[in-house]
Amino acid sequence: MAYDKFTVLQSTCVPLPLENVDTDQIIPARFLKATTREGFGDNLFRDWRYNNDNSPKEDFVLNNPTYSGKVLVAGRNFGSGSSREHAAWAIYDYGFRCVISSFFADIFKGNALNIGILPVTVSPAFLDKIFKAIEADPKAEVEVDLPNQKVTLVATGESEGFDINGYKKNNMVNGFDDIDYLQNMKEEISVFEESRPF
Amino acid sequence: MSKTLFDKVWDAHVVRKIEDGPDVFFIDRHFIHEVTSPVAFLGLENRGVGVMFPERTFATADHNTPTINQHLPVEDALSANQLKALETNTGKYGISHWGLGHQKNGIVHVVGPENGITLPGMTIVCGDSHTSTHGAFGAIAFGIGTSEVEMVLSSQCIMQPKPKKMRITVNGTVGKGVLPKDVILYIISKISAAGATGYFVEYAGEVFENMSMEGRMTVCNMSIEMGARGGMIAPDEKTFEYLKGREQSPKGEDWEKLLKYWNTLKTDEGATFDEELVYDAADIEPQITYGTNPGLGTGISTTIPKAGEVIDGEASFKKSLKYMGFEEGQSVIGKEVDYVFLGSCTNGRIEDFRAFASIVKGKKKADNVTAWLVPGSHIVEAQIKDEGILDILTEAGFALRQPGCSACLAMNDDKIPAGKLAVSTSNRNFEGRQGPNSRTMLASPLVAAAAAVTGKVTDPREFL
Ligand code: SF4
Repeated sequence: MAYDKFTVLQSTCVPLPLENVDTDQIIPARFLKATTREGFGDNLFRDWRYNNDNSPKEDFVLNNPTYSGKVLVAGRNFGSGSSREHAAWAIYDYGFRCVISSFFADIFKGNALNIGILPVTVSPAFLDKIFKAIEADPKAEVEVDLPNQKVTLVATGESEGFDINGYKKNNMVNGFDDIDYLQNMKEEISVFEESRPF
Repeated sequence: MSKTLFDKVWDAHVVRKIEDGPDVFFIDRHFIHEVTSPVAFLGLENRGVGVMFPERTFATADHNTPTINQHLPVEDALSANQLKALETNTGKYGISHWGLGHQKNGIVHVVGPENGITLPGMTIVCGDSHTSTHGAFGAIAFGIGTSEVEMVLSSQCIMQPKPKKMRITVNGTVGKGVLPKDVILYIISKISAAGATGYFVEYAGEVFENMSMEGRMTVCNMSIEMGARGGMIAPDEKTFEYLKGREQSPKGEDWEKLLKYWNTLKTDEGATFDEELVYDAADIEPQITYGTNPGLGTGISTTIPKAGEVIDGEASFKKSLKYMGFEEGQSVIGKEVDYVFLGSCTNGRIEDFRAFASIVKGKKKADNVTAWLVPGSHIVEAQIKDEGILDILTEAGFALRQPGCSACLAMNDDKIPAGKLAVSTSNRNFEGRQGPNSRTMLASPLVAAAAAVTGKVTDPREFL
């Protein structure tokens, strides 16, 4: 499904300074029963966000009105575990367009890119700076500049570059997706398929 | 030029290299199930494109199916709807479908190999991260997201950057009571749940050479739990022996021709890896996890480490122990167990049931333990009965459920209740994975059996 274009995003952030946030925490399996893509944001971080009686857990960051924004900033090894793309859908549906961490699990990173969320990998030191900036001022903004592959702390101007392959970057900037690309390769794929031994 | 096993298989599947981008990567076999496929089919409809090679995709229902009374209609409306969607979608596009009640039905990573759909040298994907299981046959197999499921359905290809390569060698022979599950839990505990992110792993050395195909599947299955995209083992006589004569395995001349090719699928002398790790089998004892990611595990006779002694950061480590209700420095042995789960695509095969039965034989299930024994497929279920294992289990006070993923992800009714402690042969101990607020300790079928008969975490070597 083609998605919104992503060029430059300036936003406040929601901090989640925990490591190894797995996709079972992002969206528990019991909420995977839908057959469409919408509505997963309601159950984003379900068991960290709500008590068993569905009342909000006061101390969880998404329930704290001090923090909001389109950028989620998370600790190392974000999105590990299950390949469920529902995790990326939930993050998108909640309103995030970018996740910043010092390290992403592979499948999550691919899923995010495929649906129009930009995963930005920064150095542990820069991640720490972002966390500190948000702690000092919950309204601190970051600017994520995809064309220039740069993330900046708006208040201080401190910035760091990030990697993304040219093909994916072009897709995101233009809102293209892989399926469009593959649909144009069908003849080449058919010829290849004929040569397979099984 | 010398090549690794991984390079040989990868390079044979690149349809096109995109400059400064991923490879367009051809997929030989695609497995789908009810949970991660419906949105992909919806995507096809929205775009107005069809399924390019329906004969290359295989569907089974497993994640969200009941494990009792499978002959009755599924009660939960949402689950029933997902199962129905799989049936409708596969019917519409002519994809083979082993739905609930079908005699070949079972967990996708169990039924693929046991029916000879999985072969050496293939590329195999599925919208499930434990697709890495199929790497046991010398295939490149890994989990994908739903957008990629849609890509494979519509073009039989996905876009993949080539991962880096890691070789993990375990030399020597394992001791008494040490199963393949212990070998992989040991490795993950050494390198952490993120230690192989960005890599594709080849397992090598005597320990894997001497391992059965079932054991190799258990090992490759858990590659994802250290962050690796997948893991693989070079095919050998054992692999061919396992596959020969399976329902969909090639026959006659085709088989002979492929056998020649398959014999070339090994890492050449002198080929290099981005990372090499070597372990000694003698250092591995039965393992168990104490935390909330699979890297937080230890030898069963040892104690829970202190913060700072593990690779994970202090905050997550402490949060993990708090969730489990454990303390740093505590012994794991002796913890009271409420539930035992034998099953999943990690340990739901016949060998796992044989191992479990070897300990519970002639004993009784502990009164404080609820045990769920869930075969990985109907074929495994039949084997359990044929080999007389069911009688042993029944005599010891255990019952057998019907095949499915069950308490591995607790999407159906098989949920461990809040606060309860489970010793589980599955692959993930994340918070709430087996039910909201449930607590999981991952272990081998032998450790699970020892817990089931004693009611607490027990070293299985006491019984061997
Ligand atoms: S048994 Fe568990 S890990 Fe395996 S396919 Fe099912 S849910 Fe996934």
